[in-house]
Amino acid sequence: MVTEKQSLDPRNWVNAHADYLYAYTLSRLNDEEQAKDLVQETFLAALEKVDRFEGKSTERTWLTAILKNKIIDVYRKKSSGLANISEKKAEEEQKDFFEEDTGHWTEAHQPLPFGIEDQEPLRAKEFNHILQLCMQKLPVLWKSVFTMKHMDDASTEFICSEMRVTQANFWVIIHRAKLSLRACLQKNWI
Amino acid sequence: MNHLKKVIYNCKQATLLIEKRQIKSLSFRETIELRIHLAGCSMCKLYNKQSQVIHQMVLQLFHDTQQQASSLVLDETFKKELQDRIETELNNT
Repeated sequence: MVTEKQSLDPRNWVNAHADYLYAYTLSRLNDEEQAKDLVQETFLAALEKVDRFEGKSTERTWLTAILKNKIIDVYRKKSSGLANISEKKAEEEQKDFFEEDTGHWTEAHQPLPFGIEDQEPLRAKEFNHILQLCMQKLPVLWKSVFTMKHMDDASTEFICSEMRVTQANFWVIIHRAKLSLRACLQKNWI
Repeated sequence: MNHLKKVIYNCKQATLLIEKRQIKSLSFRETIELRIHLAGCSMCKLYNKQSQVIHQMVLQLFHDTQQQASSLVLDETFKKELQDRIETELNNT
């Protein structure tokens, strides 16, 4: 079977893909200025690579792959340096969740029923709003890993290598992110 | 024995396994450990239930975010500038 070889048409990129790439970025970074910058950077980087395009994917898939790498760069930059402080703080908070010697839930932080156990679709909208706020509070590294896993369904290996964390660390991050989210929801959803 | 005991009575470990299970399948040993823990720990049983609901809601939220974003468009001025920039680059090479 012969598959059609895809070709590139840079003069039509803005018209055909700019809005798509912008929306793609916004749903992952939630920052309009940054999203614009990344769309522009993607096109410029793509122009330099035009002769290396092999025609195996569509133009849009190819451009999106370039953009994805740029988004991950942003995740990485945001979660290094000063951002470590918020991670340390969040880790510190979780120390009180479990007894140090036994690993039991502490009385102050043990899970209590707060009404999501039996899903009520009617209240889902309000609940989503709180969930969103709780997500915003997560340290950037946790949120990035969480987003890559749950929005893009990226493989664990891929996330580990891109975000430079070990497998063991990956599970710790997933665990901590969820502990934080759950605690935040219990606290704010009553 | 010590290790087994540790997980069976340890909620921190058990909740880690609960999270892990939502992403990949657990080893035989982990499955047994978690099952025993959940049989005797009502708090982690509740956590397990909540965690699964939250998992579904997070997926839904991400899905909605993408839906909402897809209706957003770039402003025309920006697009025009971008187009000019690309034309310039193309003409220079």
